[in-house]
Amino acid sequence: MTGELEAQIDRWRSYVQRHQAISPTDIDELEDHLREQIADRKATGLDDDEAFLVAIKRLGNLDAVSHEFAREHSDRLWKQLVLVPENAGESAPPWRELAVVLLFALGAGAAVKAGTTLVSDENALARNIGLFVFPFVAGYFAWKRRLTARVAAALIVPFVILAVVLNVYPYATGGSTELLTVLHVPVILWLLGGVAYVGGRWRSDRRRMDFVRFTGELGIYFTLLALGGAVLIGLTFAALDMVGADFEPVMEHWILPFAVPGALVVAAWLVEAKQNVVENIAPVLTRVFTPLTILMLLSLLLVLATSGGLTSIDRDLLILMDAILILVLGLLLYSISARDSLAPAGLFDALQLILVAAALAVDALMLGAMLARIAEFGFSPNKIAALGLNLLLLIHLIRSGWLTLGFLRGRQAFPALEQWQTRYLPVYGAWAVVVVVVFPLVFNFA
Amino acid sequence: MRIDKDLVAASATPLVLGILTEGDLHGYAILKRVGELSDGGMQWTDGMLYPLLHRLERLGYVSSSWGTSDAGRRRKHYAITDEGRETLAERQQQWAVVADALRQVWQTTQQAAQGPRMAGGLA
Repeated sequence: MTGELEAQIDRWRSYVQRHQAISPTDIDELEDHLREQIADRKATGLDDDEAFLVAIKRLGNLDAVSHEFAREHSDRLWKQLVLVPENAGESAPPWRELAVVLLFALGAGAAVKAGTTLVSDENALARNIGLFVFPFVAGYFAWKRRLTARVAAALIVPFVILAVVLNVYPYATGGSTELLTVLHVPVILWLLGGVAYVGGRWRSDRRRMDFVRFTGELGIYFTLLALGGAVLIGLTFAALDMVGADFEPVMEHWILPFAVPGALVVAAWLVEAKQNVVENIAPVLTRVFTPLTILMLLSLLLVLATSGGLTSIDRDLLILMDAILILVLGLLLYSISARDSLAPAGLFDALQLILVAAALAVDALMLGAMLARIAEFGFSPNKIAALGLNLLLLIHLIRSGWLTLGFLRGRQAFPALEQWQTRYLPVYGAWAVVVVVVFPLVFNFA
Repeated sequence: MRIDKDLVAASATPLVLGILTEGDLHGYAILKRVGELSDGGMQWTDGMLYPLLHRLERLGYVSSSWGTSDAGRRRKHYAITDEGRETLAERQQQWAVVADALRQVWQTTQQAAQGPRMAGGLA
């Protein structure tokens, strides 16, 4: 092939590379196709230029092809959607979205500030705090995704019902159903937020997986913002302390109520706007933390197994272990969402299987301890809530482990594992609804 | 004769799977085979074949591997899996039903078209 033709192919390559939905290996594949088509055309008597033009023409409109690739690889589409807004063009100035985000962030802060000022009962505040922040995070996505009236209704109606339930139920002071409600409301709000995030397409497995990815990313950005904020506050504290001014009231009454909810909204926007940056970190993070978490689970198992009978495991430890299992599940979900679903099974998938197995062992141990406690002390709202959660986790983990095993042995495709995760997610929401709505009624708000 | 776009799209999956049962191929060779089989009647937009192949791979109907071409370039080869064969068998049955229904409908329309003439001949 001549130099001119090579240069043309090079230019074509760099042009295709701008399409985010087409990965470098896809371009290799297309280039191989292009070169073969050119060679065949030249064999029929065309010159380099003509052959190149015919081959390019037959490859089709690149935007349409890229769109097809994006539909197939929605993880890539995800990048593309955000960086090139749907009606691309310079119509909306870049500062407009920032202004909207800052307004929503301020709104969330103002709502929390108003809530903390107006609601004097601390328990009522704890029940409602999520309700103050949620409209602003969901509102940002409603604005960004231009939600239809139906989807908006699907968000507002459950939100209003939840708000009514939380404030009409006559919770007994210091009762455990109230504490359980406070713990489970965020799960409901999180899944509702997911409906806003996916723009109403909650039936799509791909969009659900995008939401899982979003959640992981949101956690990372929020942590980064919190760390930065903590450094600033610490330095300000130290400096003001030197001159003898007391910073604490300002901090408690103004900075925290505005900064924490505001940071959540800003983090959501950052995930939307800057996905590429973190996307490269996500697989690294999961690869670092999966082996470490396995070590943690194994040492916990060892300690629990050698510390004596199941009934000796006390209540606080059970709650702590639940938190750990939920964290492990989060890590599992996040690493599945960060993985290229077409890559062949490898060492990391084996590690993931070990992680699932270790979590399963811990969960089984927890279930044993819980049943022992229930046999000894009888039922209570706390125990049933914990038992239910552990059963849900058990089912989730067993099936995940089974599918991972199948994938490692080449009997299952990876997407089966992805689908299991995304289809199971709403179950947690349903359980949280049961705990929040049904438990207080059944247990007399105790 | 050019085949309608929707018909091409609907037949793409069974066609690709069927071609792959003849042996492992890379994308360009699959397209060439489609051209041969339909005497050039089925014109695909070349670029659209690859997202389709990737979808079939995600669904587990085909598997892929990277090799090298005679010219020493990286080349991706596709092979049908057992699941793909099962799907193909299913699709074949579906298409057989469709083709059979169409054939019957065309026979009756032909008879209807010929009927009056034959009746006139007899009279």
